[in-house]
Amino acid sequence: MTAKPRTLLFGQAINEALRIAMESDPDVIVLGEDVAGGGARAGDDVDEMGGVLGTTRGLVKAFPDRVLDTPISEMGLLGTAVGAAATGLRPVAELMFIDFLGTCLDPLLNQAAKLRYMFGGKARVPLTVRTVTGAGMQAAAQHSQSLYWMTAGIPGLETVIPATPHDAKGLLLAAIRDDNPVIFCEPKSLLFTAGEVPEGDYEVPIGKARLVREGNDVSLIGMGATVRMCEQAAAQLATEGISAEVLDLRSLAPLDEEAILATLEKTGSVVVVDEATPRCGIASDVAALCVDRGFDFLNAPVRRVTAPHAPVPFSKVLEQAYMPSAERIVATVRELRA
Amino acid sequence: MNLTRAQLLDAYRRMRTIRAFEVKLTELVTAGKMGGFMHLYAGEEAVAVGVCQQLGDADFVASTHRGHGHCIAKGVDVAGMMAELFGRATGCCKGKGGSMHIADMDKGMLGANGIVGAGIPLSTGAALSAKLRHTGGVAVAFFGDGASNQGAFHESLNMAANWKLPAIYVVENNGWGEFTPTEFVIPVKDIATRAGSYAMASAIADGMDFFDVYEKAGAAIARARAGDGPTLLECKTYRFYGHFVGDPLAYRSKQEAERWIQTRDPLDRFERRAVEAGLVDGDDLRRIDKQVDDELAAAVAAAESAPLPDPADVARDVYVGDAR
Repeated sequence: MTAKPRTLLFGQAINEALRIAMESDPDVIVLGEDVAGGGARAGDDVDEMGGVLGTTRGLVKAFPDRVLDTPISEMGLLGTAVGAAATGLRPVAELMFIDFLGTCLDPLLNQAAKLRYMFGGKARVPLTVRTVTGAGMQAAAQHSQSLYWMTAGIPGLETVIPATPHDAKGLLLAAIRDDNPVIFCEPKSLLFTAGEVPEGDYEVPIGKARLVREGNDVSLIGMGATVRMCEQAAAQLATEGISAEVLDLRSLAPLDEEAILATLEKTGSVVVVDEATPRCGIASDVAALCVDRGFDFLNAPVRRVTAPHAPVPFSKVLEQAYMPSAERIVATVRELRA
Repeated sequence: MNLTRAQLLDAYRRMRTIRAFEVKLTELVTAGKMGGFMHLYAGEEAVAVGVCQQLGDADFVASTHRGHGHCIAKGVDVAGMMAELFGRATGCCKGKGGSMHIADMDKGMLGANGIVGAGIPLSTGAALSAKLRHTGGVAVAFFGDGASNQGAFHESLNMAANWKLPAIYVVENNGWGEFTPTEFVIPVKDIATRAGSYAMASAIADGMDFFDVYEKAGAAIARARAGDGPTLLECKTYRFYGHFVGDPLAYRSKQEAERWIQTRDPLDRFERRAVEAGLVDGDDLRRIDKQVDDELAAAVAAAESAPLPDPADVARDVYVGDAR
């Protein structure tokens, strides 16, 4: 089919994916705190909030029985979503911010991720958990973390993080239709960015990285909010005569190892850029892969540009210092080539 | 008595199978033939059977670490369970689950669970599923007194009552949370009163009396099927063995255990009442005893000679569509 390009905000693309998924499958439900958000009562002519960031606005009016406001009970709502998924529904649960994993890890860690394995392959948990990640709104230490490394490290879960509105829509449709539990990360700093989004129904396959920009001298590997930083860095490096390739991981688990090794083989040099903290994370994982399976291609050390090993600060100047940036990426590449 | 002879024989067979299964396991573990953590259900048979006898395959139950009884009561194949506990490829979970994760989705058995209280939201989800998909099914969570102190319990009951889900929450209050007496950690006398916080119906049953559990569970199931919402059913019961196989039971007086075992054994009480009602006689039940023992002996023999899992399968069944 020929899809006509339009421009949508990242959050609007997610909203559109939810609407398409719910139209095409009556077993898809949306549940979470404020996903309807008032305004849905009969006789009220007020608007609903549609989630704290407005991402699910309008859905409850279209699907009044399938958009469920839950109490502020993350453990209860995620556990219920797991049980519903194992028994015939295809729930999209919202964990408002990934930081709230602290209240509700068990349904993901010990239930969703493990039911199929523990039951000898005789269960499936087609659950999607949408969750907002990352810094950039001065939301400080308990509302700004990039904890996808935790879920990506749990066998049985898949974790994806789109970097564009196009991929947000396509990856969410793929996640909802996937028969495995998928953690769908929505980087805060991207939610109100715009991009081309085709109309209609399409999926972006889980497990496939996206080659954003071709280059020959160094590979910049990003995910979510850092992809844009990698692109900005590549543009700057081009003015200095350095040709940088940019790869967007899109999927953290499963990880597209072949795409990582292919870009390493081409350029011989890798900088991984991750908004998360540096220990035990995706950047370390990619670096380990490059050394383990790509050692013969390397002609420079693998470098990681990440947040520091610290909580996310409040003050704008501190938050900016905390996050990776195009400048830090450029500086790292210059240093590698010095 | 509003149970037929066939129903009574079926109930006895299920309870007797649970008891014999658990007694057999103590022998097998003591003989070093089985590994892993094992928690036995003996003593609590009337609860699982009194509830599950009134459920069908489209109804779901979520269970606990003490889950063998719920499996048997819900109709999970005993030979498959035994093979699972022997860690065999023929086990109902292919040897990947073991005692604490034994399950059979085809029988509506959502799994034993190694995390205290974790089955409660799972069954709440199954109830939500039944309601939104109009299956006519209900979902039952079995859990202990200890689990009623978990956030998952309170969050689930609140949601289920609010959404009027077809759910039954069966708390098996056996007086002990691991090695701690229930009254040390719970300020209310009856856990059933906790339903009041959620405007939820509740009932208390003598968990050592099949007939009392059957009646009260029946009312709760009927309420759920009619769309009238969930019930918290507290069954006062007792675990005849310790918390786990190998528990030295230093914390519990012998007199207390003897009192329950000698005077309140649910199988003895069932037999007395059923025979008094004139619907079954001792010979019927002894015949079932023999059949159950034979079936278990065959299950053990089959499990012991069944193939072990292939180590190459260690990372299979992690994902639908493996091997990512």
